[in-house]
Amino acid sequence: MACCVAVIGKDNSPLYIRVSNPETELYLHFTVHSSLDVVEERVNSLAKSSVGDIRELYLGLLYSSETHRVYGYATNTKVKFIIVLDVSRVQNVNENELRSMFRRIHSAYADAICNPFYIPGDQIDSTKFEAIISEILL
Amino acid sequence: MFQAGGNSDEGLFDYLHMELVSTLLQPERNPGIHLSISTMEHLGFSSGYRLVERLTREWPRFKDELDSMKFICKEFWTAVFRKQVDNLRTNRQGVYVLQDNRFRHLAKVSTSGQYMEAAPKLVVFTCGLVRGALANLGIVSVVTAEVSAMPICKFQVQIQRASA
Repeated sequence: MACCVAVIGKDNSPLYIRVSNPETELYLHFTVHSSLDVVEERVNSLAKSSVGDIRELYLGLLYSSETHRVYGYATNTKVKFIIVLDVSRVQNVNENELRSMFRRIHSAYADAICNPFYIPGDQIDSTKFEAIISEILL
Repeated sequence: MFQAGGNSDEGLFDYLHMELVSTLLQPERNPGIHLSISTMEHLGFSSGYRLVERLTREWPRFKDELDSMKFICKEFWTAVFRKQVDNLRTNRQGVYVLQDNRFRHLAKVSTSGQYMEAAPKLVVFTCGLVRGALANLGIVSVVTAEVSAMPICKFQVQIQRASA
């Protein structure tokens, strides 16, 4: 469903980034990186607001262009997950579906971090994590 | 330690911690293992770092530093020690004191003060645990512990501000 999934670390360094179509790779990398400012802006504004239920980890649509829609999610540990959807392939986007996609990435990420051989801050290199991302990219 | 399971896995954490402390106290028993206080703190750090990643998964976003601190006192402490921190105090300038009146790793030690010099070795893992958890939440800190009478332990967390 998604055409790109990215995990960005605390210090905005990419921990994991994968695209479904290698031809668009450069453009999608650019899209993901340029969305990070929007993530930061949104996290800061959400932290200030006192209303309880918008302190959700899911950040919603970050921005959309003619060809792609970018969705974001930021964990409590300041790690960001970005999903990019191809507008031509996905017409109706279901918010709940996106939430569950992000939740799956988050639990896969937590599992990968809990691997004692993983050094925090390194690129994620885990077959289980890879498998979950492949399912989301389909 | 990680899940609210039966009594058996609770005991496992205690036994593992006891073995670590005993290796630290009597290095001649395991000549092949070089464990020092700072390695022990580092073990705590990486456990805390990883554990908090899992525990905050279903948690709403933290508003501020105090919110994260409360999380450590309640959820984090409950997950690790099956109880909450008894008292949290702060001077609002980056120093927090977490007091546990019956700290799990000291609860089974004699209150007479006989083992007072072993106290640092019993609490250093937890210092690392708290420091690691806070580090993953984006708070850089120095954690020290103070034991004045046996089952009571005070952890002092000093937040390192980026500007300072």
